[in-house]
Amino acid sequence: MKRQFADNELDTSLSRVDGNEKVSGAATYSAEYAVPGLVHAVLVTSNIAKGSITAIESREAETAPGVLAVISHLNAPAVPGWPALKQPAERAPVGTAFRVFYDAFIYFDGQPVAMVVADTQERAIHAAALVRVTYQQETHQTHFERNVKSAGIPQNVQRSKNSPFQDYGRGDADAIAEAEVRIEAEYTIPTQHHQPLEPHAIIAVWEANDKLTVYDKNQGVKSAQGQLAQAFKLPRDNVQVVSKYIGGAFGSGIRVWPHTIAAVMAAKQVKRPVKLVLGRDQMFTSVGYRPYTAQKLRIGASKDGRLHAMVHEGTGQTSMYEEHLERTVLATRAMYTCPNVSTRYRLLPLDVNTPTWMRGPGDATGMFALESAMDELAFALKMDPLEFRLKNYAETDPERNLPWSAKSLRECYKLGAEKFGWENRQIEPASIRRKGMLVGYGMASSLYGFHRHPSKARAVMRADGSVTVQSATMDIGPGTGTAMTRIAAKVLGLNAKKVKFELGHSNLPDAPGQNGSATIPSVGSAVHVACEALKSKLIALAVKMSEAGKSGGQVVVTDGQGVRNGRVFGSGADDEGVSFADILKYHKLNELEATEESKPGPERDQYSMFSFGCHFVEVHVNPLTGEVRVVRVVTCADVGAIINYKTARSQSIGGVVGGIGMALMEHSEMDHRFGRYVTTDFASYHIPVHADIPPIEVYYVDKPDVHVNPMGSKGLGEIAIVGVAGAVANAVFNATGKRIRTLPITPDKLI
Amino acid sequence: MKPFQYLRPKTVSEAVSMALDNPEAQYIAGGTNLIDLMKRGIASPPKLIDINHLPLKKIEHRYDRIRIGALALNSDVAQHKLVKTRQPLLAEALLAGASGQIRNMATVGGNLLQRTRCSYFYDVALPCNKRKPGSGCGAEGGINRTHAIFFNGSEVPSCIAVHPSDMCVALAALDTSVVVAGPAGERRILFKDLHRLSTKEPEMDTTLNPGELITSIEVLDNAFTGHSHYLKVRDRASYAFALVSVAAALQMDGGKIWDARLALGGVAHKPWRYWAIELMLRGQPPSEKLFREVAEHELQSARAGEHNAYKIKLTANAMIAALKIAAGIS
Ligand SMILES: Cc1cc2nc3c(=O)[nH]c(=O)nc-3n(C[C@H](O)[C@H](O)[C@H](O)COP(=O)(O)OP(=O)(O)OC[C@H]3O[C@@H](n4cnc5c(N)ncnc54)[C@H](O)[C@@H]3O)c2cc1C
Ligand code: SF4
Repeated sequence: MKRQFADNELDTSLSRVDGNEKVSGAATYSAEYAVPGLVHAVLVTSNIAKGSITAIESREAETAPGVLAVISHLNAPAVPGWPALKQPAERAPVGTAFRVFYDAFIYFDGQPVAMVVADTQERAIHAAALVRVTYQQETHQTHFERNVKSAGIPQNVQRSKNSPFQDYGRGDADAIAEAEVRIEAEYTIPTQHHQPLEPHAIIAVWEANDKLTVYDKNQGVKSAQGQLAQAFKLPRDNVQVVSKYIGGAFGSGIRVWPHTIAAVMAAKQVKRPVKLVLGRDQMFTSVGYRPYTAQKLRIGASKDGRLHAMVHEGTGQTSMYEEHLERTVLATRAMYTCPNVSTRYRLLPLDVNTPTWMRGPGDATGMFALESAMDELAFALKMDPLEFRLKNYAETDPERNLPWSAKSLRECYKLGAEKFGWENRQIEPASIRRKGMLVGYGMASSLYGFHRHPSKARAVMRADGSVTVQSATMDIGPGTGTAMTRIAAKVLGLNAKKVKFELGHSNLPDAPGQNGSATIPSVGSAVHVACEALKSKLIALAVKMSEAGKSGGQVVVTDGQGVRNGRVFGSGADDEGVSFADILKYHKLNELEATEESKPGPERDQYSMFSFGCHFVEVHVNPLTGEVRVVRVVTCADVGAIINYKTARSQSIGGVVGGIGMALMEHSEMDHRFGRYVTTDFASYHIPVHADIPPIEVYYVDKPDVHVNPMGSKGLGEIAIVGVAGAVANAVFNATGKRIRTLPITPDKLI
Repeated sequence: MKPFQYLRPKTVSEAVSMALDNPEAQYIAGGTNLIDLMKRGIASPPKLIDINHLPLKKIEHRYDRIRIGALALNSDVAQHKLVKTRQPLLAEALLAGASGQIRNMATVGGNLLQRTRCSYFYDVALPCNKRKPGSGCGAEGGINRTHAIFFNGSEVPSCIAVHPSDMCVALAALDTSVVVAGPAGERRILFKDLHRLSTKEPEMDTTLNPGELITSIEVLDNAFTGHSHYLKVRDRASYAFALVSVAAALQMDGGKIWDARLALGGVAHKPWRYWAIELMLRGQPPSEKLFREVAEHELQSARAGEHNAYKIKLTANAMIAALKIAAGIS
């Protein structure tokens, strides 16, 4: 198959442009900047879930060796962007991001209540253990099931009529009762944490009274810059945020979290640069999580397998002070053709910290339920689950009644099924045994909405003809720099080695944060147009040269074929062209620059835009011990043109790995008597290890979607995980006949 | 982490006298457990006695036994030819534990004395009788999915945690003794007497006296080779503690089980040797039916909490599976 983003059939992928730095330790992560005079802050966190602080005994900590300050709400420097404290003090109203060291209220267990700053990290940790906090405790509610009756329509949705989270219906809401075959089931996913291997960390430096630099692990330097400028009432440009290398994030770095503000406060208080690194246990209550979510699905079809009605209700947990909304039930409206669909989304506020987006937010949760339910209904229909999906294939968007900008899901199904050998699946569960193991096959579909935001990029060519491209985008792991390098190299007709891409600094041209699988669609487009602009400039200069008879050939170029191998070519067949370096030299230019912005246009209103995909999974289940091992995965995606196969493939593999974790292991367990998590290290919060990961085959349809952006590329990051948990659960059912509707699928549930 | 003093003795007796000097001092070997405990504020020894320079690494065969120095690394023991050929059950159990990196640091002595993985024990903000006697057992009325199902008779235990070691389950099944050096010289402890049940003093994991240093373990030769198996059931394929594990060893003669050993991990406060079942197996021809029958026996004496009832059936199934593999029947 022709690779779309390749110059020819033989074109190979780029390896990660920063791979060497990363594996050799040369890459500098947020906590690793050697800032002179650096001191260390450590957070003291609450061990009650609700109440207020009555006293903080910090003398022992203050006098411990090396300690510079103990900071709490009693003495924290004011954050000028926050409102003055009300008297008498009141709990924050819904919609207030948590303000660290602001008042005495406790909103969740693990909340920062004090912070010790000391000359070394060890001394700060030791002194933090010496701070004694006493509380007036109040009864907390953290148990989802026990409180689910108090779930309601989010205030946010009540206020906004056009919110996508409004109750939705098409057709007849009662139609489910008439369906010839129907199933009804409840699905639960527990709280799961991102837990990237690199913990969140920040170094905060006040360069002057009104100038702040932070080296901070986050997913958006520009949004962090804006939020910090607002909090500390500084001109935007006086705040610089640096985040060049990130050891994974999965959504945990989208917001500016309390620990970041705390470090900036500490630096202000002690007048020294301050480093703050979250402990692994603190990561469970500091940077969000995938919320505990309960879903109920009722779906029905005619005997011949045509969907007749779907009712999808979802309830997610949130904190008492903020509403975190997820797309949990939204996929059900668009995934399949079905005349009667209704969805309902509710929120349950609990005494916990606010959840946040985690890879495939809402969709990974919702598609676990929908794709399990589809499998259940297929089984009730005695129909092959893939055939059932094909029967209900949505040729146009059934929710918006718009054509898809492009959709090759059918090709994905076909490719995946072939490569996987789906035809060997038995409909009857537990019918294949191999070496004493129960063998099961499962599949699921995947979709994720297309997102594109305005982005800028700057391309600068230097005298030697090499190019630096810049944008304030991020790389939390997908290989952004590599993909952007490839786009630039392709547009400019340059060897990728001559292109350097810079990201992760707020002084670079504006770009959105890395989330919603929007980086390639948004920033990639900006890089594309900036490089196109640079190319036009080069060609124009080359034309001038040729007019003056200096180009060595006739350069008359009007179309995009004008550059190759670092040279501008004319139309003549034996034209040798003129090198970029010579063009700059002739025009006495040290550099040639182009900055462009790229924005989405009216296409959103004309088309419905999604990435699509599917996953095929084989599991082996030990009938005696209930242990599930995934032994084979085939994953296929339709995300438009693939920019760089090698890094794309890694993205897909990473998504499957995350999905296997979601399905089989990840579970943040809380002891509700205390409202406190008890799985706060990697020995108890299980994520997959290498031994859990089987060979994963990745395939792409690789057809450009001409409506979305100049490259024809859609997002891949989220779609890689969406649906995987459902495919695993379906395979477990096929292997054992047991339908596990509450994740994770651990041996105790199968035995 | 609290500030501490670091000491490095050159001889065993120097180490012991350093430890006797201060009852709160602790030996440190690989540090893979102790450092974590110190970081989380569970252990705060004012003195750390680094024993890594003592000559206790040797693995050798003497008369009728393998003798393994207390400082031999888990990975070295597992790969040692003597162990692989004479005590494959031990090698198997070691390789089922932790990860390659940790086994490269972990020592035999440290593995014997590693502390429980109960989440409440690891969090100083939560109650735990083992960490803070009298504070209550957090797991009893809390999250106890990984906790014990076998106890000392019908007594109410003050701690329901399990011993986390894989190596120890194999050692419990074999004829092992632990050699320790103390103020009064050397003594030998039968493996079954090293770890304690948790009825009254859950803070005490073992019967070691203050200052005693483990110098080696000795495992008697046996005729189990070819008929032993270590089976570990866990939440993921590697790098997870056992939900339940089984060390099964059989000595076969003329198609019958001549001698049988069965020890369980993840089910009790100490590695659980199942003497009653061993007796039931002796003299019988191996069969799935027999193994199922003896496993039923287990169900009678087990007692589960809110989240670990699955362990009763899982243990029975794991015993059947391990015994079948050991007996070579499918
Ligand atoms: C992430 C992780 C996963 C793990 N998974 C498993 C697993 O699956 N299965 C398993 O069995 N284990 C597992 N372990 C535990 C590991 O086996 C132990 O941490 C290791 O064996 C301890 O050995 P060490 O030499 O590092 O002990 P240290 O940490 O040095 O010491 C542990 C204790 O033993 C004492 N001690 C050490 N040597 C002696 C001696 N000679 N005499 C007297 N006292 C002594 C120390 O004072 C200390 O109290 C895991 C550990 C980690 C960190
Ligand atoms: S089971 Fe033991 S270790 Fe766990 S909380 Fe109870 S007393 Fe502590």
